[in-house]
Amino acid sequence: MPGLIQSVERAAAILRLLAGPSRRMGVAELAATLGMPKPTVHGILRTLQHVGFVEQHEPTGKYQLGAALFHIGSSYLDGNELRTRALNWSDSLAGRSRESVRIGTLHEGNVLVVHHVFRPDNSRQALEVGALLPAHASALGKALLAANSYATDELLAGELTGYTAATLTEPAALRADLEATASRGWAADLEELVEGEVSLAAAIRDRSGLVVGAIGISGPVERLCDAERVPLAEQVSYVREAARAISRELGAIPW
Amino acid sequence: MSSYIAAIDQGTTSSRCIVFDQGGSIVSVAQKEHRQIFPRPGWVEHDAEEIWANVLDVVHGALSKLSITVHELAAIGITNQRETTVLWDAETGKPVHNAIVWQDTRTDALVRELGGEQGQDRFREQCGLPLATYFAGPKARWLLDTVPGVRERAERGEVLFGTMDTWLIWKLTGNHVTDVTNASRTMLMNLRTLDWDADLLREFGIPRAMLPEIRSSAEVYGTARGTLSGLPVASALGDQQAALFGQTCFEPGEGKCTYGTGSFLLLNTGEQPVASRNGLLTTVGYKIGDQPARYALEGAIAVTGSLVQWFRDNVELIASAPEIETLARTVSDNGGCYFVPAFAGLFAPHWRSDARGVIAGLTGYITKGHLARAVLEATAWQTREVVDAMNADSGVELTTLKVDGGMTANNLLMQTLSDVLDAPVVRPIIAETTCLGAAYAAGIAVGFWEGTDKLRDNWHKAAEWLPAMESSIRDKGYRKWRKAVARTMDWIDEDDE
Repeated sequence: MPGLIQSVERAAAILRLLAGPSRRMGVAELAATLGMPKPTVHGILRTLQHVGFVEQHEPTGKYQLGAALFHIGSSYLDGNELRTRALNWSDSLAGRSRESVRIGTLHEGNVLVVHHVFRPDNSRQALEVGALLPAHASALGKALLAANSYATDELLAGELTGYTAATLTEPAALRADLEATASRGWAADLEELVEGEVSLAAAIRDRSGLVVGAIGISGPVERLCDAERVPLAEQVSYVREAARAISRELGAIPW
Repeated sequence: MSSYIAAIDQGTTSSRCIVFDQGGSIVSVAQKEHRQIFPRPGWVEHDAEEIWANVLDVVHGALSKLSITVHELAAIGITNQRETTVLWDAETGKPVHNAIVWQDTRTDALVRELGGEQGQDRFREQCGLPLATYFAGPKARWLLDTVPGVRERAERGEVLFGTMDTWLIWKLTGNHVTDVTNASRTMLMNLRTLDWDADLLREFGIPRAMLPEIRSSAEVYGTARGTLSGLPVASALGDQQAALFGQTCFEPGEGKCTYGTGSFLLLNTGEQPVASRNGLLTTVGYKIGDQPARYALEGAIAVTGSLVQWFRDNVELIASAPEIETLARTVSDNGGCYFVPAFAGLFAPHWRSDARGVIAGLTGYITKGHLARAVLEATAWQTREVVDAMNADSGVELTTLKVDGGMTANNLLMQTLSDVLDAPVVRPIIAETTCLGAAYAAGIAVGFWEGTDKLRDNWHKAAEWLPAMESSIRDKGYRKWRKAVARTMDWIDEDDE
C-alpha cells in the first residue's frame, strides 16, 4: 500500500493504547509496549499534546487522552440548536440591557449571526440572522477568537481590514486585545466596526468547556460606556451572566 | 423583601418553574420531564403523583439556581396543560387512576353517544364547545363509569375532580378550587354564569360534590404548606389563556398564537362570548379578581411541534428538534410534498376524528429535505386555516400575528408563516409567555404589579418576519394543502380501534 505515513500509524497506536485499560502511561512504558525508540515516542506524544489529543497527568508525568479528542465527532453544535437553547437567555439579556442582542459562531474568519433579538424599544428593526460580521472588529468575533488560537492564526495570516480609525489592524495589537479578552472573560469592540457603536460579548461553552458561540449586545457608545469610554460594569455583567446561563443550559459546569 | 414572582408551567411533556423579576425578565428556570404512558393506541396518561413531585422539584430547583429562598417570592402562579383530568381520594390524596391527558381519544364512543341525534354541537350554546374527546367532562365521566366504586364515593365528595391546576392548588394549599379558564374547558361550566351548569352536569352524569369551586384567574387561592410554607398561590390559567395574558392581549381584537406540542390561536373578544360558525371554540380568556371575565375565540391545532418530535423520534432523520431547520434549508421548497399530520384526527377548523395523517404529492424527486420542509409548512398552513376561520367569525381581519412558544426559535418556520398568512409575524421579547402570563396574573393579585397597563409597558418586539412570497405561489400552495387535507378524511372505520 503506497503512501501510508509511518508516524501517523504510530500516533494512532499510541492513542489506542492510551484508550485501553491502563489509561495513563509513561514514555518508557509506551516505547516498550510498541517496540519503538523512546525519543520517537516522546516526539509523537509532544505533537499529540500540542493538538490537545493527549495530556500529561501532572502528579505522575504520565500521558493520558486529551479533552480535544473527545470533541471530535461530537463538538459541532448546530446553529439552529444553539438559538433554540439560548432563546430565553438572549431575551432576558435584551430586556435587562435594553440593547439588541446577537449570538454568533465562527465561520471562515467571520462571525455568522445565528440569533438576533431586537432592542426592546419597539422601533423599526430588521432581523439580521445569517449576516456575517468581521471577527477582528466585533466583540462577538473577539470573544470567539480569544478561545481559538487556530482560527486566530489563520485570520492573522491574511490582511485585517480597517473599518474605522479604531479597528485593530496590527496583528500584535489584536493579539494583545485577545489576551486581555481571555483573561477578563469578555470582549469589547469600541467603535472598531462602526463609528459611535460599541459591542460587548462573552463566550458560550458546552459541556466539555469548548467554546461553541458567543453572545453580545451592541449599541451607541453613550449608552454602553462611561465618559472615559470604558464599558459600563452593569452591562458587562448582564452579558457575562447570559453567557453563563446559556453555557449551563448546554451542560457546562458553572464557573 | 419579595423581589420576584414565580410561575409553574405544568405542561404536557414537562413541568417547569420560571422566576421573573419586576421588569418581567426571566432570572431562573428549572424543568423536569415526566413519563408519557400509552396503555393502548389513542390512550395517553400521566402519573399525577409524579407530576406533583416534579413540580416541587422544579420550584426548589429554580430557587436554588438563583440562590434565593421562598421568602423572596411575592407569590407563585400556575399555568397548566388544559383538560387533562385527574380524580383523587380526598382523604389520602392518592389519585384513583392515572390522569387522562387531553390528547387521549378513549372517550370517542362516549362523546358520540352524548351527542345523540343533535351531534357534536349539542351543548355548544351553554359551554361554547363542540363535543370532543379533548375536553375534561367526558374524561371525568369515563373515570366515573370505569373505576370501581368511584362514582358512589364521588357523590359523597370523597373523590375529587380536578384539571392539573386544581390538583396542584389542592396539593399546595389544601383548597379545592379551579379558575374560570380551566373550568371553561370541561364542557360543564355555563359560559354566561361562570358556574357549573346543572343541565350539563346531569347530561354528563357528573356529581357536583366532586367539583372544585370556580374562582377568578388572579386572586390568592391560599398559602402553600410544606416546604413552600407561606407562599401565596395567586393565579391559575390554562396554558393558552396564560399566553394570551402574557402577550398582554387585553383589548378586544388582540390575539396570539402559541407554538408548542400543538398550536393555539386565541383572540380576545371582550366581555361577551362570541359564538363560532367556523369550527372555533368559545372560551374564557381570563378574569382578574372581581372584574368582568374576558372571553376569547380559540383555534386549536393538535399537531405542530409534536410533528417535529415525531420526525425526530420515529423517523430519526434528525437528532434534535432544531435540526429540522438545518435539514429543511438543504432544499429551496417542498418539491410538491405536503404533510397533513392528522395523527388523532383534525382539530380546528375541521373537527374530524375520522381523519388520519397523509403525506401527499410524493414523487421520486422527494428527499428528506423536502419532507423536513413539508413538516414545517404543515404548521404554517394549519395556522392559515385557523386564521381564516377567525377572520370570518370575528369580522376583523388579522393584521399582525403575535407568536410565542418554543417553535418561534425556528426562523424558517416563522418566515414561512408570514409568507402563507401574508401578514407580519412578531415575537415578543419573552417567548415564554405562558409562564409570564401566570406570573403577571399572580403579580396583579398580590399587588406586585399595579395593573394591566403596567404590564403592557413590558411588551416589546424581539423579532419580526415580513411576508416575501408571491401571491400566485401562496395561492397554489394553499390549494394543494387543502387537497391534501381532503385526503385525510374518512379514514377511520367502525372496526378500527
